[in-house]
Amino acid sequence: MRVALQITCVNDAMFPDTGKAVVRLLRRLGVEVDFPAAQTCCSQPMVNTGYLDEAVPVVRAYVDAFSGYDAVVTPSGSCAGSVRHQHALVARRSGDPGLVAAVADTSPRAYELSEFLVDVLGVVDVGAYFPHRVTYHPTCHSLRMLGVGDRPQQLLENVRGIELVDLPHATECCGFGGTFALKNADTSVAMGADKARHVRDTGAEVLVAGDNSCLMHIGGMLSRQRAGVRVMHLAEILAATA
Amino acid sequence: MSARDEILAKVRSALDGVEPAYAVPPAPRVPDRGDLAALFVERVEDYRAVVTRCAAPDLAGVVAQVLDGARAVVPPGLDLDLPGAVTDDGFTAYELDRFDAVVTRARVGIAETGTIVLDHAPDQGRRAISLVPDLHVCIVDAGQVVADVPDAIALLDPARPLTWISGPSATSDIELDRVEGVHGPRTLHVVLVS
Amino acid sequence: MSGTFVGMPAFPTAAREALGDTQLRRNLAHATRTIRDKRAKVVAEVEEWEELRLAGAGVKEAALRDLATHLETLEDSLTRAGATVHWARDAEEACAIVASVTKAQGADEVVKVKSMATQEIGLNEALEADGIAAWETDLAELIVQLGEDLPSHILVPAIHRNRAEIREIFRRRMGAVGRPAPDGLSDEPAALAGAAREHLREKFLRAKVAVSGANFAVADTGTLVVVESEGNGRMCLTLPEVLISVVGIEKVVATWADLDPMLRLLPRSSTGERMNPYTSTWSGVTPGDGPQEVHVVLLDNGRTRALADDVGRQALRCIRCSACLNVCPVYERVGGHAYGSVYPGPIGAILNPLLNGVTDPQTASLPYASTLCGACFEVCPVRIDIPSVLVDQRAAVVDSHRDDRIPKPEAVAMKGAAWTFSSARRLARAEQASGLAGRVLGRFSRTTLPGGQAAAGRLPGPAAGWTSARDLPAPPAESFRAWWLRTNGGTDGGQDGGGS
Ligand code: SF4
Repeated sequence: MRVALQITCVNDAMFPDTGKAVVRLLRRLGVEVDFPAAQTCCSQPMVNTGYLDEAVPVVRAYVDAFSGYDAVVTPSGSCAGSVRHQHALVARRSGDPGLVAAVADTSPRAYELSEFLVDVLGVVDVGAYFPHRVTYHPTCHSLRMLGVGDRPQQLLENVRGIELVDLPHATECCGFGGTFALKNADTSVAMGADKARHVRDTGAEVLVAGDNSCLMHIGGMLSRQRAGVRVMHLAEILAATA
Repeated sequence: MSARDEILAKVRSALDGVEPAYAVPPAPRVPDRGDLAALFVERVEDYRAVVTRCAAPDLAGVVAQVLDGARAVVPPGLDLDLPGAVTDDGFTAYELDRFDAVVTRARVGIAETGTIVLDHAPDQGRRAISLVPDLHVCIVDAGQVVADVPDAIALLDPARPLTWISGPSATSDIELDRVEGVHGPRTLHVVLVS
Repeated sequence: MSGTFVGMPAFPTAAREALGDTQLRRNLAHATRTIRDKRAKVVAEVEEWEELRLAGAGVKEAALRDLATHLETLEDSLTRAGATVHWARDAEEACAIVASVTKAQGADEVVKVKSMATQEIGLNEALEADGIAAWETDLAELIVQLGEDLPSHILVPAIHRNRAEIREIFRRRMGAVGRPAPDGLSDEPAALAGAAREHLREKFLRAKVAVSGANFAVADTGTLVVVESEGNGRMCLTLPEVLISVVGIEKVVATWADLDPMLRLLPRSSTGERMNPYTSTWSGVTPGDGPQEVHVVLLDNGRTRALADDVGRQALRCIRCSACLNVCPVYERVGGHAYGSVYPGPIGAILNPLLNGVTDPQTASLPYASTLCGACFEVCPVRIDIPSVLVDQRAAVVDSHRDDRIPKPEAVAMKGAAWTFSSARRLARAEQASGLAGRVLGRFSRTTLPGGQAAAGRLPGPAAGWTSARDLPAPPAESFRAWWLRTNGGTDGGQDGGGS
């Protein structure tokens, strides 16, 4: 099985440690991932802002980078969702039957990390050790767009030493929403403030999620509030060992 | 072009190239819930309506007891001897407003939702009489109770005016706090006859 | 005597004002949470809910796809049942029809059943201009009307008001238009409902003309359906001599049997009940029972525009249950007024642009009033994929500016991003630059983000929207891409990605 890592533009530029954690984790599980150097971005920033024409060359770049792989794994529910649900739309807009066909081929092979681990590799115990009090925020796109269900929780429950606590109102959006965070900054912050409060209420040391964009938003609130709660990507906890 | 023709033309052009035939997935049926009369009673009571069960021979007595002397109007086709009750004679709304109660039968009861449907046949009377008085005593035959909404829809005749009643009138318009009793009858008393 | 949405600012500005109103936020949070929980409970009771949603979506979709046929059938059935059918291209035509039917009765007032269509067309204001008083009889509508306020929710238009505010409105305003509120009126919901009952009773009893909408219009039988709770609907549909129903053309379902999934879906989604207290159906005129003159106004007012939109068409399936408002995290915090329309919340964010186009800046701001979290789609009883339509309407907004002589800064930025993101080489160069910026920012920042990453504090320029309340991690010195290249995927020198 040829497996590629789609790092995502945000992780590439802002959170390289998450990518390193994915590589470490998969290697431990016996999976050697490629990093196709031609990859850039899933096109979601353009699509979700309404710039469909602008998204076309970006989707083309994705298809060029990842065609030929059996599976593309990405540490972002949002980007996996964009590949699986939005690429077809962008391809249709391009009017290029070649791109439509290429997207139909690559899109279904995109997996969010927890999907890849549980569904493709068939593991829920990845041999991690993380002796901390942790609460999990299911991000909207993993939950509702991809339907990852409780896969992340299954993985976390099998981490040794972890104390997993429920996040109140967990399924409520954190208020990030891509450009929403800037276009509607006041509403975004109001939502983030509630999410940060729920996180603090758990008494957790660490907030974990499958998307660094949402974590950047919630973490940014927690940091400003000097809340003393760390935010970590799911991959980083799963990669941790004794 | 008339408004009618223009709207229809716009509809047609909007749907140009859209396949008009569309297969509607069938609506699912509820699983068998066992004793329908019992479920009906439970669900009607959930709306804070009052339910009395009785046998057919006791009906007149039970209804008289429920009315407890209230000034009642009844539809012309109500086949029940109720001393003091006045048969509807085409009363105006103002005249109906002077009655305390109304007694009607029903066309169908729906167990799953605790709903009674009136089709305003002569034993139920025209719509106004079961609306204006503050107490509605509604007689439902146990044999009239069906399992769920689709069963009721299949039985009912859409050419007749229909009133579906699920508990007393209610509102949640103030802080989403449910309050029984606004404009329709504030008390619904269902007599289930078996 | 009511407010107007005309001239409302764009969503972000209106939202900011609403967010500053702590009383409003408390009222909304309480109300939306209550109704959400109620809905969740009665929906969980239906094991086959997802199949029911599919059936409901199917019924409406089928009706829309052959709408012209169904409308002609409906007209025919209604006429045969003794109703008079009118057609209205827009709000103005619809209002004129209602006014002329009312005047023909010599009436100078109408009682109204709560109806979104008549709010949409501004019927009350149009009638008032024509010397006809329109009395709203739904409790929440009455609160809005007496308070000279604007509706902020589809189902509970006064959701933004709490009991104390409502008591004040009743005490101050009822007397001017009819029976005053009783002395010593308390703020108990039961007492307030009682005051409304007394106030409206005389209006119901004397009314000659009623105006309603319809939740559904059944084509093959000519049946209109009104779903309600209080009995004000029954009063209006039964007691007056003349009934005028304003019905959007998308309310059609093909057959009587089609009402089945709809009547199971609507109450549970809307008020969170197994069934709403009252549903009335009528087919034209019934001799000796109810209004003896029945008019139906079939309304377009932008619906054919929405119908022509291949992605947006599904918005016309909407049965106005308001479940999407109640679960929407944006609506919950800013309320309905910020949307500047009688259709607020997620459905409003797509319906208003679909009905009216995106030429005016206020409407154009609505598709962006969402994080695309998808909670609305999850609860919608007719499975409207609101997030997808939102994205599509954003594209409509962007496309409407493609020919601007001076492009918006955002368009320039997006073009730049597309240019960078269509080549990995260009992206790598951009990352080098941001890494440099990160080193600079990191040096100036006083805070570090949890996890140890340097954080940028308050920044000027476009980033200010972010950093006014949130720290921003400073970009790391080395991107993942650069690290992979330098360490050969972490295999050289046991760096990071190697074993641990
Ligand atoms: S869009 Fe769906 S959930 Fe929202 S009001 Fe309409 S039917 Fe209800």
